[in-house]
Amino acid sequence: MDKIKSIEELRKLREHAKQSLKTRQGEAKVKVLISMGTVGIAAGARDVLMAIIDELEKRNFTDAQIIERGSLGLDLEEPVVAIDMGGELIYYGKVTPEMARTIVAQHIINGQIVSDWVIAKGNKK
Amino acid sequence: MKIFRIHALICAGAQCLAAGGNGFEDALKDELKKHDLDEEVSLVETGCMGACQLGPLLVVYPEGVMYIKVKPEDAKEIVEEHFLKGRPVRRLMWKGEKAELPNLSEIPFFAKQTKIVLRNCGIINPEDIDEYIAQDGYEALSKALFEMTPQDVVQVMKDSGLRGRGGAGFPTGLKWELAFKQISDQKYIICNADEGDPGAYMDRSVLEGDPHSVLEGMAIAGYATGASKGYIYVRAEYPLAVKRLEVAIKQAKEAGLLGKNILGSSFSFDIELRMGAGAFVCGEETALINSIEGNRGEPKKKPPFPVVKGLFGKPTVINNVETLANVPAVIEKGSKFLRQFGTEKSPGTKVFALAGKVNITGLVEVPLGTPLRTIVFDIGGGVPEGHSFKAAQTGGPSGGVIPAKHLDVPMDYENLPALGTIMGSGGLIVMDEKSCMVDVAKFFLKFTVDESCGKCVPCREGTKQMLEILEHISNGKGEKGDIEKLEKMGNLIKLTSLCGLGQTAPNPVLSTIRYFRDEYEEHINNKSCPSNICKIEGGKNERKVAHRQTA
Repeated sequence: MDKIKSIEELRKLREHAKQSLKTRQGEAKVKVLISMGTVGIAAGARDVLMAIIDELEKRNFTDAQIIERGSLGLDLEEPVVAIDMGGELIYYGKVTPEMARTIVAQHIINGQIVSDWVIAKGNKK
Repeated sequence: MKIFRIHALICAGAQCLAAGGNGFEDALKDELKKHDLDEEVSLVETGCMGACQLGPLLVVYPEGVMYIKVKPEDAKEIVEEHFLKGRPVRRLMWKGEKAELPNLSEIPFFAKQTKIVLRNCGIINPEDIDEYIAQDGYEALSKALFEMTPQDVVQVMKDSGLRGRGGAGFPTGLKWELAFKQISDQKYIICNADEGDPGAYMDRSVLEGDPHSVLEGMAIAGYATGASKGYIYVRAEYPLAVKRLEVAIKQAKEAGLLGKNILGSSFSFDIELRMGAGAFVCGEETALINSIEGNRGEPKKKPPFPVVKGLFGKPTVINNVETLANVPAVIEKGSKFLRQFGTEKSPGTKVFALAGKVNITGLVEVPLGTPLRTIVFDIGGGVPEGHSFKAAQTGGPSGGVIPAKHLDVPMDYENLPALGTIMGSGGLIVMDEKSCMVDVAKFFLKFTVDESCGKCVPCREGTKQMLEILEHISNGKGEKGDIEKLEKMGNLIKLTSLCGLGQTAPNPVLSTIRYFRDEYEEHINNKSCPSNICKIEGGKNERKVAHRQTA
């Protein structure tokens, strides 16, 4: 990244970053957001992440973006996986690798929310 | 295997058949034949889907459309509209699915929280500076650099009422002002990320989820006090936090948000990481300074305070992670921002790590002054079924217990010391009636005995003696007068210890004696443990299992 030399450049970069976050959502149909703090990883988030990547690859679904994030605070429900398909965010809790495969098949591929495992939906910020 | 274009699943459970499912299936088969679709559509009879009051049910894949309460006469419409033309029949579809999901901010765990420090945790990608900038990151730093003088920044911090979140609650603005007034060629900012309380992990979560907010807070502190160098003293046991901090510092330097002439101004600020030495006492500020200098992590006498003579003998501001994460929000939104939350003397929010015997564990950020009841019962969902709330430990091994009768006391920097405990860094351990208070006090005291650095006598010897008395009591060898002895020693250690570790070490013992004196007396006089935790030899409820002879 180039050095930001003034406040105007920072603001310009912010507008650009906001835009690119938006367009990135437009580019990739699906965003998969995984809580990868220490709590999440200890609860098995890495296995879930690998399962999701593997399942997406197996189904040849390339229009997805996988993003690691920090912890949401709701540790009881870790690993937490949020799926963003353009509308609201859907948060799944206590996800196992097997559940992750089902979520990929049902939610990401077929667009059906697996409502039994959903903690809540959330607004994008 | 034959490939079908559409899979139609018909529920053939007893309930659906009774509701007329069978007639529908026949009608559907007829319709499919009529339109030559029986090669393209696979009809599958499934077992009960569980939504019996909505039956008979038909689920159509790949779309996953669910039709409810279908009648034989609906078959024609479904086949002609959906199977043939691809237009699902909205009239028959189940609509309830989406509306039933609650919003994240509506579920009880989040509904009563106010997120300032954790504003970006779990929202942004911590390893991408662009995402932080998109969330108005580094706006506060640029505002401070170009629109405010260092005095303005200090004044805003003073007016905001922000108090140190590391535990003691010293006003941050005042600390900065003292450092600002020092005349020195070099000043330092230290971020204390040596989070040692068992059960507390809010600092780790901030560093892992939103490292840039801490960097920005440090840079603002540097601008306000005239420091050009910052250190983050982070626990080496937090590898992920260390890695993300490294990434964040590198990105900020590349972007020119750290380093020489930040954003083209004359202000330069650089940050270095220092790994913690692995001792609890290194979280004490003078010991921390010693550790960064490369010396043994032992505390020093205060005064001189670090703001006068700190790291390498230069004026130094030491702030906790959570405090620094508050700074960008305060500078960006003004001195009145924190005053919207919390109490008159304790504005803003505090993050608590909710753990122990509670239904929903996790990190919660609430306005200061929120009653314990709200945190444990409304946010944490209460104590698990069948058990009752007995007490909660705040402040980890330096704090004390809050018993059930004080559940409604507002949690802030004034009320907690009055109850004999401290805010601490925010660990909150909930205990139910199965916890023995003597055992709890013993556990926390054992921790401080292990972690005492050994420099001063009261802490090194006194806490050891207290622990021995506690062990006697819990083994059923307690004597009359032990409680008074504990109280006397505890108060003496508090008064005479060198640093914060020793000055707070007796707190768990003193506060459990204050609220649960009857339990101590029960151990001593009747040689029994009411909660059946302590192994009292020869006592009423001695654990027979341990002595069972093998056959």
